[in-house]
Amino acid sequence: MAGSTLLDKIWESHVVRSEPDGTTLLYIDRQLVHEVTSPQAFEGLKLAGRRPRRTAATLAVPDHNVPTTDRKLAIADPISAKQIQTLEDNCRDFGITLYGMNDVRQGVVHVIGPEQGFTLPGTTIVCGDSHTSTHGAFGALAFGIGTSEVEHVLATQCLIQKRPKTMEIRVDGVLSDRCSAKDIILAIIGKIGTAGGTGYVIEYTGSAIRALSMEGRMTLCNMSIEGGARAGMVAPDEKTIAYIKGRPLAPKGDLFEQAVNAWHKLKTDAEARYDVTVTLRADDIAPQVSWGTNPGMVVGVDQTVPDPKTISDENTKHATERALEYMGLSPNMPITGITIDKVFIGSCTNSRIEDLRLAASLAKGKRVAKTVHAMVVPGSGLVKQQAEAEGLDRVFREAGFEWREAGCSMCLAMNADVLQPGERCASTSNRNFEGRQGAGGRTHLVSPAMAVAAAIEGHFVDIRNWP
Amino acid sequence: MQAFTTLTGLVAPLDRVNVDTDQIIPKQFLKTIKRTGLREGLFFDWRRKKDGSPDPNFFLNQARYQGATILLTRDNFGSGSSREHAPWALLDQGFRCVIAPSFADIFYNNCFQNGILPVVLQADEVLSIMKDVTGTEGYRLTVDLGDQRVTTPDGAAYRFEVDPFRKDCLYRGLDSIGLTLQHEAAITAYERRRKQDAPWLFTDIR
Repeated sequence: MAGSTLLDKIWESHVVRSEPDGTTLLYIDRQLVHEVTSPQAFEGLKLAGRRPRRTAATLAVPDHNVPTTDRKLAIADPISAKQIQTLEDNCRDFGITLYGMNDVRQGVVHVIGPEQGFTLPGTTIVCGDSHTSTHGAFGALAFGIGTSEVEHVLATQCLIQKRPKTMEIRVDGVLSDRCSAKDIILAIIGKIGTAGGTGYVIEYTGSAIRALSMEGRMTLCNMSIEGGARAGMVAPDEKTIAYIKGRPLAPKGDLFEQAVNAWHKLKTDAEARYDVTVTLRADDIAPQVSWGTNPGMVVGVDQTVPDPKTISDENTKHATERALEYMGLSPNMPITGITIDKVFIGSCTNSRIEDLRLAASLAKGKRVAKTVHAMVVPGSGLVKQQAEAEGLDRVFREAGFEWREAGCSMCLAMNADVLQPGERCASTSNRNFEGRQGAGGRTHLVSPAMAVAAAIEGHFVDIRNWP
Repeated sequence: MQAFTTLTGLVAPLDRVNVDTDQIIPKQFLKTIKRTGLREGLFFDWRRKKDGSPDPNFFLNQARYQGATILLTRDNFGSGSSREHAPWALLDQGFRCVIAPSFADIFYNNCFQNGILPVVLQADEVLSIMKDVTGTEGYRLTVDLGDQRVTTPDGAAYRFEVDPFRKDCLYRGLDSIGLTLQHEAAITAYERRRKQDAPWLFTDIR
């Protein structure tokens, strides 16, 4: 008998019923809710006179619109304020747990789920947010959904789905010094393209993936959607279990032991087959820098900006020309020659304590370049608290970085943290689309280490041989 | 949800690959708590020149494409964010059908939830129609969901694939939550079973 993949195992344990054509009613264990994609879902419930099926399986937090400056002040933008107020009202009316703006547990939805132990192996997790793929780091099937489906899950605790195909991305070998999970995932997207994973769930395997911390695996899975895959996952291991143990919402005592026994079975069987396998060598991955207007437009820091003249495929050539024009870059210029105006360290991709520790260790004793404005936005109130307990905030401040409150911030610039037209930003976030960080703004996606070095030098540098 | 059976309508061309949802509707329009009125945000940054005035080269600003109900575009349309505001904005502008060689998963799915039919045609078919659309003022296509066929003014027909369940829901304009609630007993039975197998998933998080 053919074995099962990790996806098969999670899928099969969540089938409520299925039709002969494979259309499946899939049970959803957990839903995370934020202020931007939920108001219309709650409105739909109200209009239809429906109630949430399992409030105890739902956790809400405002993150996209929240200011990262002093929380004691009212939100300056009345429309943002209203959206956050609407989330608070809806959670009160429907009995859903909310970590409000002044709760220390507040933070980016994909940071707080794992941090609280809400995210568990073997579960199905959804959120009205494409970066829900983050939670796959724990061996969960986690994916983003639209607002209509947010309403569907609230009302039924289920979704109508068909089983996706499986893609194994195997990364063996050892990463170079100061390279990280961010460089792995950017290199993967550079290889498969932004639609390479469409229709697939990715399972990341190989020695370089096993070597990653849980924070690193979250960074990796987070950007699966940037490769077109709705979900990415890593099979749980002892690191996963150690991370979960003792977290506020994680199972305790006997239940924990029982859960751990089940989690040990969550791996792809040796004889199972993926629909497709892609392989990379970790040793070959240089620190990555995106140069264009989608995350697949990325190269190593030791390379140059592509030259459209050398591209034969008409589509790629045209898209490259357009991207270079928007980004204000010339063909063949070295990546290290790109000077920057802003640095953003934060987002659901790279705002966890490990990211901040690494960034602070590189910033220590140095100064942000006079031409650069740099900010650090922790992923949650608890990450901020932990960082401050370790003195990281002081390191950042002394180096000239701003130290902010938790939220999505300049990853998508829905709050007041916005790039001005033409400004160029080294960002640890996940999307470099036109206008993503502000209309006319230019985003280069990098790891936290690369962002710190760029802040200090005023341009990109190869951190493998940086002091 | 409005049902989709057949549609004959004016076609508007967006000749770009990888159009992401940040372009379809930028973030400043996501602060609304309504589903309607999002037309203003549709392709907001592309509709305007740097000085803020309307860009006459952008298709939505051209008289010949006013009233279009079918959007013809290129590969990987709707990549990026899960924002359902993207199909809501398209719908608010009057689009009921998007034709492309490929779509991003979440966007594709969101279309079906809102009475919009996303049609996948071969890349060469899209390019050929694109040429005709730009070359012929008032170019209209007929999209028949029942027959899964797109028909051009000169009678050429292109067949497309669509998942039978999604097709049925869209064709009849069904409320998918209502459909799922018909299986309430199965959901309850599942929960009872699951609680035995994985009791740690049923602790109260409050």
